[in-house]
Parts: sequence; C-alpha cells; structure tokens
Amino acid sequence: MSAGPDLAAARGLLASLPPSPAVWCSDLRKRYGRRTAVDGVSFTVGRGEVVGLLGPNGAGKTSVIKMLLGLVRPDAGEVHLLGRPGRDPRARERVGYLPELFRYQPWLTAAEVLALHVRLSGTAVPGAEQRDRLALVGLADRAGDRVGGFSKGMQQRLGLAVALVARPELVVLDEPTSALDPLGRADVRDVVLALREEGVAVLLNSHLIGEVERVCDRVVVLDRGRVAAAGTLGELLGRRELRLRLTGVGADAEARLAAAGRLTHGGEAWTVELPGDGEDADVPGLVADLVGLGVRVHAVEPGRITLEERLLGILRGDRP
Amino acid sequence: MTARTVLTVAGLTLREAARRKVLRALAVLTLALLGLSAWGFAKLAGLESQAGALTSGEVRLVASQLLNLVMFGLSLIAALGTAFLAGPTLSGEVESGQALVLLARPVRRSAVLLGKWLGLATFGSAYVVLAGLAQFLVVRVTVDYWPAQPVVGLALLAGQTAVLLTLGLLLATAVSPMASGVVAVGLFGATWIAGVVGGVGAALGNEGVARVGTVSRMLLPTDGLWRGAMHAFQDPSAVLAAGAEFAGFPFLSEAGLTPAYLAWSLLWVALVLGLAGTVFARRDV
Repeated sequence: MSAGPDLAAARGLLASLPPSPAVWCSDLRKRYGRRTAVDGVSFTVGRGEVVGLLGPNGAGKTSVIKMLLGLVRPDAGEVHLLGRPGRDPRARERVGYLPELFRYQPWLTAAEVLALHVRLSGTAVPGAEQRDRLALVGLADRAGDRVGGFSKGMQQRLGLAVALVARPELVVLDEPTSALDPLGRADVRDVVLALREEGVAVLLNSHLIGEVERVCDRVVVLDRGRVAAAGTLGELLGRRELRLRLTGVGADAEARLAAAGRLTHGGEAWTVELPGDGEDADVPGLVADLVGLGVRVHAVEPGRITLEERLLGILRGDRP
Repeated sequence: MTARTVLTVAGLTLREAARRKVLRALAVLTLALLGLSAWGFAKLAGLESQAGALTSGEVRLVASQLLNLVMFGLSLIAALGTAFLAGPTLSGEVESGQALVLLARPVRRSAVLLGKWLGLATFGSAYVVLAGLAQFLVVRVTVDYWPAQPVVGLALLAGQTAVLLTLGLLLATAVSPMASGVVAVGLFGATWIAGVVGGVGAALGNEGVARVGTVSRMLLPTDGLWRGAMHAFQDPSAVLAAGAEFAGFPFLSEAGLTPAYLAWSLLWVALVLGLAGTVFARRDV
C-alpha cells in the first residue's frame, strides 16, 4: 500500500503550488462570417488582481469576455477560470458577471433575482447577506419591487449586486457604469476597490479611462481583435514628459531638445517625452543649455503621460 | 448540479407564466369557451325534450361530437398559449440579454432547456386538465354525458400540448421569438388539416389521400394524439351505431391509439428536445 504516502505527498505538493490564476486564456480566436473579431488573444488575471480591458469600439473586448464565460464558443484557443477549464460549467461557480447588455426578469422583484442567482450558483448565501448586497448597491429599500419598474441605472446597480451575490472569486464587469450618474460611478469604483481589498479578482471593461486608471493594477489594450499592449500602469505610464513654453528656439536648440527625448511642439508649447521612467533626466542641465543657446524659457513643467494619451498613442500605432 | 438547474429554471418558467398576463388571457378565453359551450349544450338538451326529436343515442353522438369540438378549442388555446410562451422564452431572452447572466452561471445549457420544457409542459398540462375537467362538468350538467375515458383523453391532450411546445422550443433556439410561435402554430394547424384530409381519403377508400394524414401524423404527432384523445372522449356505442355515415368526420375518431404510436410520440419528443439542446448548446449568446 504505497499509494497512501504518495497521495499525501502529491496533495502536499498541490497545496504548496501557488493558486492558479483567476483568468487564463490562450490564443483565443473568433470569426463572425468574414470578419475576425478576436485574433489570438492571450492574457491572465491573477488572483485578487484588478485588470482593465481597454480598446476602441469593435476591438473585441465584449467577445473576449463572452468567450471567457462560455457564452460564445471560440473558434480556437483555451480558457481556464479559477483553475478549471472553461468548458466545465463548474469553472463559473465562483464567477460574477455584469454584462454590457444587462436585463433581468421584469416580473421578479430585486430580492427574487438575487435569490435565483444564488440558487443557480449552488452557493448557500443567507438572506441577510443577499440583502446586504442590495444595500451595497443602494437598492436596500427597493428589494421588494418588481424589476420591470426599475430605471436603467437601477437595473445596472441590480446587475452589480447579482455579480457580487454568490461570493465570487472573480468578477467580470463589462461597462459597469454605462447607465450610472457620477455618484453611481464613484460607488462602482468603491466596490471594485473593496473587492481588491478582499482578494477578489476583477476584469473590468470600461470606456472611462479615468475609471480604469484609478482602480486597475494592470491593463490589457485590445485593438482589432489583438492585444496591442499589456502591462502594469507603471509599465505603460512609466514615462514622464517635460512641457516647456519657449520662444526664440533655433535649429541648435531644437536639436538639443530632441536629444533629450521625443519632441512635439505647437507654437510656443514644446513637449519632450523623457526616456525610461524620466528619473535620471537632467532637467536643470537641459534648461541651462537652452538658455545658453539663446532660448527664452517662460515655463518648465514636468508631467506624467495620462493613460488616455498612452492609449491613443498605442492605438495610432505610435509604439515606443 | 443539473437537477438543481432543471428545477430552478422550471420554477422560474412557471412563475413567469403565472405573473405575466398569459394566465389572465388564458382564463378569459377559457371562460368564454366554457360559457358558449354550456349555452350550446343546454340548447341540445332542449332539442331532446321536443317530442323525441332526437333519440338518446343520437344525443350521445351529438354530445360526443360537440364535446370533441369544444375540447379541440381548448387544445388550440393550450397549443397557442404554450407555443407563444415557448418562443420568447429562449430566443427572446437571448435577444434581450436576459440569457447572458443566467447562462454565465455554472449551468449546462441542456439543463436550462430541460427546465424550460418541464416548466412549460407542467403549465400546459395543468391548463388542459383543469379546463378539460371544467368542460366535462358542463357537459355532465347540461346533457348528462360523461366521456368514456376522461383520464386517458386528458393525458393525450396534455401530450399534444407537450409535443407542440417541444417543437416551439426547437424553433426558438434558432429563429426569432415571434417567428417560432407563428411557425409552431402554423405547423399544428397544417397537421390537423392533413389529418382531416387523410380521414376523408380513408372514408373514400383512396389510399394515396389517406397516406397524407398518416405521414403528417408521424412528422408531427399533435394530430395523432388529438385523435386518440377524441376517441377517449366520445361515446363508443353511439359512434359504432352511427356507422359509416360519419366516416371521415373531423370531430369523431374511429380508432384509439396504438402503443407503437404512443412510443413514437415519446421518442419524437425526446429526439426534438435533444436536437434543441444541441442547437442551443452551440449557439453564441
């Protein structure tokens, strides 16, 4: 009976392995007729990590999300959620989802919708905890009202509660604030940050770049069905820039500016993208050289590239 | 996991049928039909008393025909109701986006489909049994007629409803909600007419025409089950006494169902449901 110790050893080995990522997908492909919607997308979302999915309309973000959740069959590629293959429905046991197109049974009350999803998920969630989820999204006093009478914004709030109700370890939010007012958007941001605190992984697809920038650890940029860029915000936005207001810039001075980094200018405004993370750039030296070359320096302002600028740069093929 | 999904979805489907206006519309239609039939049967009872204008055998024959006619109306209501419930239930939910969150749960699509089917079949059968029993009582009170095999008849009628809703579900996995309801009801009507044509063919001894009914009854077993139900409702001795005069008459049935046909109907439901499950499982939502 040597199987006993071997089995125990195998279990010990398994337990010592780091947990499998919340999302792992490899080389996902999908064509609709002649149009290729998703073309070889691979990425991972670690446990407890908040990842933003960015990209222009039609980049394939929603298609990728639907393939992860088994709603759309990929033509090729593999998906694993929380360590289980995506083909197995149990992979979605601990997954919450708020779709872009959210609609819930209009003849049910908000509390009944949550109870339905708790039953389907197979998780035992007491009624009090379900009511807490409704309270979290600001629907505590509408629990007994039929969903048919809800506004779009309230339905989206309900959708968020549905995504959170069955104690998820991964939450997929597809445009979660599209119908919400600024207050609602702030609420969603708080919810996502709270999920990160609890160690819940979040995949967030949003057009609101500011939203993504504030809550996401990492960003995956999709363009025309491919991953155009991926990395932490630090990696993507690491570069700093120098904004200057100058007059009397001659050819020599322009060459000196260009030597400091990639140069753009319009009128008196000059912008130098500093290489690397910009930490070791000698700004005083540059200013001294410019003055030496007869340039009149009106303003020098160091700044960081915003995610929006970076995203536009990536999408316009302006890679570093 | 699968049983839980099936039962949860079946319960949801029943709740939907009960909470939407379907139930109220069905109740109004049924009450209208029951009221009209009560009036008609009362008139029939009046005829009988007019100096023996009709013999008791004739009254039983007429009662059989009328009961079958009214039951046909009820089965039509049940068929329309379930077909139009079955249509929106799948493709409508996919179109509106309701299906997204449901199918993203740890559920098998085949289990969701089976749950829908179970819920609709329960709803349709409960309707057929309740409305049918009410109609039996109306006939009992007005002309003192009680069907020969009420349980068998109602069971076959419920089976007919189940067959049609299975077809409705299959169509709903592929085409739009309204189209699937319309096509299901259209096919139901076409099979019934083919059955009547076949009956006339049989009465005239024309095998080719009779085969129209037989083939259509195999393709969609609604008409075959309906004829079995009629046979169970009517008075056997009265029909026998009427003889060849009524051969091919659409609201009397000459023979009951064979076990082979019943088995085929069950297999048909299983096959079509399986096909619907396969189509639904492969569909992108």
